[in-house]
Amino acid sequence: MREITPLDLPDMARGAAVLGTGGGGDPYVGRLLAQQALLRHGPVQLVDPAEIDDDAVVIPTAFMGAPTVMLEKLPSGVELTAALQALEQLIGKRAAYTVSIEAGGLNSLIPFVAAAELGLPLIDADGMGRAFPELQMLLPTLGGVAATPMAIADERGNAVSLETVSNGWAERFARGVTIEMGCSAAVSLYVLTGRQVKEHMVHGTMTLCQRLGAAIREAGAEHRDPVAAATEVMGGRVIFRGKIVDVQRGTQGGFARGEAVLEGLADDLGSRMEVAFQNENLVATRDGEVVVSVPDLICLLDTDTGEPVTTETLRYGLRVSVVAAPCDPRWRSTEGLALAGPAYFGYDHEYVPV
Amino acid sequence: MLRLGIDVGGTNTDAVLIDGQRVLAATKAPTTSDVTGGIVTAIGQLREAAGFDPADVAAVMIGTTHFINALVEGTRLAPTAAIRFGLPATSALPPLVDWPVELERTIGGHSYLCHGGHEYDGSRIADFDEREFRDVLDKAAQGGARSFAISSVFSPVNAEFELRAAEIIAEQLPGAPVSLSHEIGRMGLLGRENATIINAALRELAEHVTTGLTETVLGAGIQAPVFLSQNDGTLMDVDHARRYPVATFASGPTNSMRGAAFLSEQSSCAVVDIGGTTTDVGILQNGFPREASTDVAVAGIQTNFRMPDVLSVGIGGGSHVGSGPTPEVGPQSVGYRLTEQALVFGGDQLTATDLAVAAGRADIGDAARVAHLDPAFVRAALDGVAVRIAEVVDRMRLSAEPIPVVAVGGGSILVPDVIDGASVVVRPEHHAVANAIGAAIAEVGGEVDRVFSVEPGRRDAVLDEARQEAVDRTVAAGARPGSVRVVDIEEVPLAYLPGNATRIRVKAVGELSLGGNDA
Repeated sequence: MREITPLDLPDMARGAAVLGTGGGGDPYVGRLLAQQALLRHGPVQLVDPAEIDDDAVVIPTAFMGAPTVMLEKLPSGVELTAALQALEQLIGKRAAYTVSIEAGGLNSLIPFVAAAELGLPLIDADGMGRAFPELQMLLPTLGGVAATPMAIADERGNAVSLETVSNGWAERFARGVTIEMGCSAAVSLYVLTGRQVKEHMVHGTMTLCQRLGAAIREAGAEHRDPVAAATEVMGGRVIFRGKIVDVQRGTQGGFARGEAVLEGLADDLGSRMEVAFQNENLVATRDGEVVVSVPDLICLLDTDTGEPVTTETLRYGLRVSVVAAPCDPRWRSTEGLALAGPAYFGYDHEYVPV
Repeated sequence: MLRLGIDVGGTNTDAVLIDGQRVLAATKAPTTSDVTGGIVTAIGQLREAAGFDPADVAAVMIGTTHFINALVEGTRLAPTAAIRFGLPATSALPPLVDWPVELERTIGGHSYLCHGGHEYDGSRIADFDEREFRDVLDKAAQGGARSFAISSVFSPVNAEFELRAAEIIAEQLPGAPVSLSHEIGRMGLLGRENATIINAALRELAEHVTTGLTETVLGAGIQAPVFLSQNDGTLMDVDHARRYPVATFASGPTNSMRGAAFLSEQSSCAVVDIGGTTTDVGILQNGFPREASTDVAVAGIQTNFRMPDVLSVGIGGGSHVGSGPTPEVGPQSVGYRLTEQALVFGGDQLTATDLAVAAGRADIGDAARVAHLDPAFVRAALDGVAVRIAEVVDRMRLSAEPIPVVAVGGGSILVPDVIDGASVVVRPEHHAVANAIGAAIAEVGGEVDRVFSVEPGRRDAVLDEARQEAVDRTVAAGARPGSVRVVDIEEVPLAYLPGNATRIRVKAVGELSLGGNDA
């Protein structure tokens, strides 16, 4: 167990946005929300999954919606606790811990708000080890944990609860409710036992985020290559360095789908890379050949500063490095690939690991 | 048609007179604390040098770092109320949330939230509560606030709350300056709101400075309109600057880059601007500075201004030179005291300028005073400077293709004739006044940044609509219609939204219309 204070947050937000693989929300807003909550209520205890009881009640908290909207219509701060408390009422049990469902600039930092306000410890873990666009894409789904009962709350005081036959249906209904709430809503779902957290979540994610963010900051300050520093922490490799020469986007099925085209620089001179995304980066293709695909992590970092580049901020002329890193091994199973592999996202090629 | 370009920097006020594509005269005068004194001197020197008739001047363009300096120094700021319409949303991060404590205190720390604002689709989050807003105004005025910054959620989509607020302020507190976020920033509430608050805090200073500038120019017998440079290299008239001083913030590097492009006749190149203390490197694409990709913090405040992407390194003409076996140049500098402290001027501090004189690259001051320097030491030190400048250029350039490098500024004698990665090194005439020239040749621009509903098959029509709106805004800002062109288009579909809601940004620029029959 250790105490998290506002001083820990900038590194954590930066690292979380890297693991967010282009999605997962804006790290500046995420960091500020957590910072305000910690300043008001004091530090939050971060506990290792090994420290919690097997029968402890764990209730995750997150934001759902369009990242672009969340930059404008900021949260009131009451939605998160409202969603968590509505779920507590639904199941008739109190949460002993909260935890984040994914790694991302906003959603890794958001649980600090609920934790600080309700005095709950936060578990050093998450449900994906990265970010994915849909609610059912959690490792606990593979472990048979139901996403519902689930609660969705907005800043007006509305709270909607869902009970669905599968986690895929939870995504469909929750998406519709979120749109009605202004495309930004707080969710609480996947009630877990301590034992389920230990078995099905990715351990140590918050600490990894902080380490990753610190590595980028320190490398920059010491005039070392921040991209290389990040790559080392993730155990990945730099698969391309280039500049963005085209960004194509379209809205399909309610998601921002598109592709960034990079022209190689330095060692990659003369080559091209295409990175396809659906909120998160999905597939990287080099000169016509797929070199990495989901569920492995494909992260775009600013080549000079190492700062993560989210898909909303992709733009012409940006110099980026593409870093590929292995996903949690459970995503590489047959069931994992069925839930979040290339085929689910409509690609006809096999999974290509880094 | 004569244009007068003036750059009011922290140390010098530069002035240039341009006739079409020709620089007729250029001068430098020390900047005075009232801003206008330096301008009077510079214009007087220009008249001596070029003997022009003030009646022949068609426009006066001024670039200044005065406003950004006021913010950085935390001086001359007005007590400001920051009022946001967003309740019941947004209360987790109220106005002024991430401001440096000192600056927040300087402007009075008046932060208020009211009900209202809009959803992404233009529907209201809550109705306008007039009583609530009037109570907030009373509180703010009693607390000493004199300038008002108004923001509202999704005001770039629907500005009705901000406009209604402005009406009520005009009625309740007549004459109080009001800054509205939808007129100042783009999407992203905190960045837009911060820019609006900064703008509000600068309104009193802007009133003072713009009045002074207008009177100074008139006092010199020049009847021509006065314009100020904006961050993106375009112009605004002096009345606009009075209301939007924040738009001048990054005009310094922008002007130096565009001036460099003009002088060297390069439209795509790296510009290396070496002053007394730092070297700033930026990239020009099609004659305009490339903008930074990430949000820019100004004086510790997060904003979403468009700013040129500039990389700085602590090397300048006044940089201290260490005396160790491997000579270190910078980052310490004698700055504007170069003419007192450098060896060639009789001082006792070895500076980068002394190296350039010793190497025979420049004829400044008394070369005899650096004759004792070991030529091998001088060469090693200058080679070290060249390597570091080349590294910065290399980090900034977008392609592996060698690009032209244009060296400007008083310290550009430190740039060698050959740089790794440079196709050519150009040192244009008048390079020391590139900023003032950049101001003189500025254009006017207009921008659209809004969420559009793009129905299937109508994308082209919607983009055309956005383009036309940007062009119309450019003309409204003073551009000659035939010269307006679209320079940037960006589409961002809003994830998960129905109706294919898409955020579209279009920027257009054009040549300044200076009256006559060409409009």
